[in-house]
Amino acid sequence: MRSLFLSRLTAIWLLLALVTIGSWVVGHGPGLVDHRLAGVVALVIAMVKVRFVILDFMEIRHAPLWLRLAGEVWCAGLAIGLTTLFLIG
Amino acid sequence: MSGAVRPDTTRAGFAGHVPGEAGIWLFIAGDMVLFSVLFAVFLTHRAEAPDLFGAGRAALDPRLGLVNTLLMLTSSWFVATGVAAARRRRPRIPAACFAAALACGAGFAGVKYLEYSAKFTAGLTPMTDDFFMFYFVYTGIHMIHVVIGMGVLYGLIAYLRGRDIAVVNLQHLETGASFWHLVDLLWIVLFALLYLVA
Repeated sequence: MRSLFLSRLTAIWLLLALVTIGSWVVGHGPGLVDHRLAGVVALVIAMVKVRFVILDFMEIRHAPLWLRLAGEVWCAGLAIGLTTLFLIG
Repeated sequence: MSGAVRPDTTRAGFAGHVPGEAGIWLFIAGDMVLFSVLFAVFLTHRAEAPDLFGAGRAALDPRLGLVNTLLMLTSSWFVATGVAAARRRRPRIPAACFAAALACGAGFAGVKYLEYSAKFTAGLTPMTDDFFMFYFVYTGIHMIHVVIGMGVLYGLIAYLRGRDIAVVNLQHLETGASFWHLVDLLWIVLFALLYLVA
């Protein structure tokens, strides 16, 4: 039982929860004075979280290359696309 | 004896393994593409009316967004841990984990109800402006995913109930789990767009 819950999954969940609170502070708390920088940081943090969910919770970290590549390319593409759209806005 | 070595299916994400049934990945890919377009459309409209979107974002309760994000992440952790427990053929734990995830999903829906109620009471509806049109439509589409996902989790719990863990088909669990994780990751991006950067 201990090995089941004291696992990499639990460490990732804790990390994601802490990062979520951190990005919330950046967006709403004292955070960053530069709103554009704060927005970019929030978007990048969101996509890093999404990548962890895809690789570790969805278990495609060790999946066949085509599946892992599809996940990685979608994450990177969306991160670049959203950040660009945000900055030109 | 052929000497062939079977993959160790008790370990999470063993090399070369596609979690769940192939069809679910086709669905997940389609949903990800659809939502990518929705996210891009949102930011394109935001660029045309940054002040309006900023005011809309300021009218949202960021604490509720934060609570819902933590509920989604926690539910995903429960689901992933449930699948890991089933892979190790641990009885009862998978169903308990899926039930905990279902409770998190119900909590998410409850918070969303509170949030929608507060908005309607304040006179904020999809007709108010572009921001709230996007807010209600996007979170509404996501909420439909949550409800379907909760049905899937309930189905997995029913499947596990009274069945010997040794004969449980892990592929069924992985398929349902993958859908739930999709619901989680879509919310992560929605949270950032609506509550943090709008």
